[in-house]
Amino acid sequence: MHLRDSESDAAFRTEVREWLGGAVASLPSRPSDDDWPGRRAYDAHWQRLLFDAGYAGINWPAEHGGRGATPTEHLIFLEESAAAKAPDVGVGFVGQMHAGPTIIAEGTDAQKSHHLRGILTGEHVWCQGFSEPGSGSDLASLRTRAFRDGDDYVVTGQKIWTSHAMAADYCEMLVRTDPNELKHKGISWLIMPMDLPGIDVRPLVTVHGSTEFAELFLDEVRVPVSNLVGEENDGWRVANVTLSFERGTGFVGELLDTTNVFQELIEFSKSTTRNGKSVYDDDSIRREIGIIGADLDALWAFTKRNVSQGARGGMVMGSGSGFKVAFATTQHRLGDLALRVLDRSSLSLDDLDGLPTGELVHAKLHAFAISLGGGTTQIQQNIIAERVLGLPRER
Amino acid sequence: MDLQPTDDQNSLVEMITGFAADRFPIEIIRSFSDRTGFDRSRWSELAALGTFGVAVPEESGGVGLNFIDAVLVHEALGAALVPGPLVAATLASGVVEGVIDGSVVPCLVDLPHDGPLIVEHFRSADVLLVVSDNGVELISCSEISGSDVLHPTDPTTPVTVLASRPEGKSVGGPELATAWRQRGSLLASAQLSGNSSGSTSLAVEYAKEREQFGRPIGSFQGLKHLLADSWIRTEVARSSVWAAGVTIDEPEVGSIPRAVAGARLTAARAATENAKTCVQVHGGMGFTWEVDAHLFLKRAWILETQFGSIDDAADVVAELYAIR
Repeated sequence: MHLRDSESDAAFRTEVREWLGGAVASLPSRPSDDDWPGRRAYDAHWQRLLFDAGYAGINWPAEHGGRGATPTEHLIFLEESAAAKAPDVGVGFVGQMHAGPTIIAEGTDAQKSHHLRGILTGEHVWCQGFSEPGSGSDLASLRTRAFRDGDDYVVTGQKIWTSHAMAADYCEMLVRTDPNELKHKGISWLIMPMDLPGIDVRPLVTVHGSTEFAELFLDEVRVPVSNLVGEENDGWRVANVTLSFERGTGFVGELLDTTNVFQELIEFSKSTTRNGKSVYDDDSIRREIGIIGADLDALWAFTKRNVSQGARGGMVMGSGSGFKVAFATTQHRLGDLALRVLDRSSLSLDDLDGLPTGELVHAKLHAFAISLGGGTTQIQQNIIAERVLGLPRER
Repeated sequence: MDLQPTDDQNSLVEMITGFAADRFPIEIIRSFSDRTGFDRSRWSELAALGTFGVAVPEESGGVGLNFIDAVLVHEALGAALVPGPLVAATLASGVVEGVIDGSVVPCLVDLPHDGPLIVEHFRSADVLLVVSDNGVELISCSEISGSDVLHPTDPTTPVTVLASRPEGKSVGGPELATAWRQRGSLLASAQLSGNSSGSTSLAVEYAKEREQFGRPIGSFQGLKHLLADSWIRTEVARSSVWAAGVTIDEPEVGSIPRAVAGARLTAARAATENAKTCVQVHGGMGFTWEVDAHLFLKRAWILETQFGSIDDAADVVAELYAIR
């Protein structure tokens, strides 16, 4: 086992670091979170810089326009991007992480040539229409109906938790094409252009007040049959095909953000005085910092194990679920500590006195995004109990 | 970077696991509750496998592998609850004559600033190693007086309270003491990580067999979530224990004190919490001497006190984050 870079990885790290230094310095200032046109333009500009330098689709296969980097190189790229304070994937998330890889695996040649380049250059933004108000953890119960009418599917229903819908050109969507089949059968995977008639996008305001998500109301939207990816009624399998691409890097961006927030919390605790001494010098606070620090270091090591296993060709069963639950637990613990350290400064979601106080309250609220999004902690626990430990199913 | 075991490392772990199952079944481990229960011939067999000299250079009679390999071995020993002064023997191999082949059995005390001088496995050992800020000293056990505890908390870890601070001859200065404290802490943490995995396996097997309300209790989500959390704690602990082991071999990749202290925190939590879950899953039977669940819990309690408390470890991690 090793943690040091191999010779070629070290060379890659140097190359990436040099490029990022120049590219990040050239960026304009970031738009505000609610300025969707501004965010879209900013993220697209960064993605174009990555594309021109050959870093777009870093983990995508080379024959589909990606760089074909190893999982380890991908991790190095993310680490160096964070160190250089480079923008994260932003509104390119769904396209680059899910829709693109799905089209690579299951799309027709026409779909590949029409969509992949736009995702890589940042020209096309995607959103995800999977969850529904009645279908959360039990996603396969989804009811958005698509019936065939000539060369179109006519789609009617409602989607929720649609990230970046406010800025998206396309939606990767799961619909029920066979209403007589329950659950996983009878579902299809469609590419829905977001400018079609019958789509109503309404922002969904989250607990921290952001409009990151939206609801989609779909009323007889006519999606061409040529936008079906994979076979009709085989959409559940198509939606899961990206799982086999997972190489342990999925949460690196979030983990980097959390590590930065943690460092800011430590600085804040050292510079804030309470009862005549710094908050950091309170034994119970300092030891909680130590425990969370140990957990973050462990989560980095866990990530490196998963990436190492990914480099050997596939993940160990349960390792993604296990990481996510542990990460969510640490996020919540960090958020709880932040509120203790902030004391009454936690009454403001805006930063106070030039200190990152509001950002720390946001971190506590954001912890729920980790313990709820992409399969709740309890669903992940079920997966581990049944598929790793072999415990019997409840029903 | 590659933080998963190689094929050779997996084989090493399988060999130790297989040996432990064959030669240290639970009845033998339980017999360590007798003060005369230490079996020197089995200890020698363990030594003959190369267990204590895994990371000792070949020219000094060892196997010549890296420290991470010793860490993996201790994880396997911890999972099987193999008893005896395993950490002391690994630290002393290559330094104290006869330890590596099992002919000399060592025990060790990391001198506390205050409180009683309690030594594990003193009565079974030939020599005592005394670790302090000044260095490491060696003294024959026959020259020291102490009284054995009649009811040690962990029945498989007999302990003795020494009458006074022992004085021996020096085998190394402050640098050796620092290295031993770091390595000793990590080897104990590796056993804790293994312990957490062993108690989880015991609990999972029981949850599959035991039926209530007409079905296996492991089908209930209340237990599933407890057991999934145990598995996750082990994977988190194992991650930091492995990273710390590699950091000792490759010091340029990070801070050894931070990695070692972090490994202690995650591994101690995994071991104690998973053993508690194991007792709970066994229901009333978990509260009995007969079921092995308490042996995991009590061993975990012993190990988590070795080479500093978990509060000390939390202070170390916090300080090393805060100075950045």
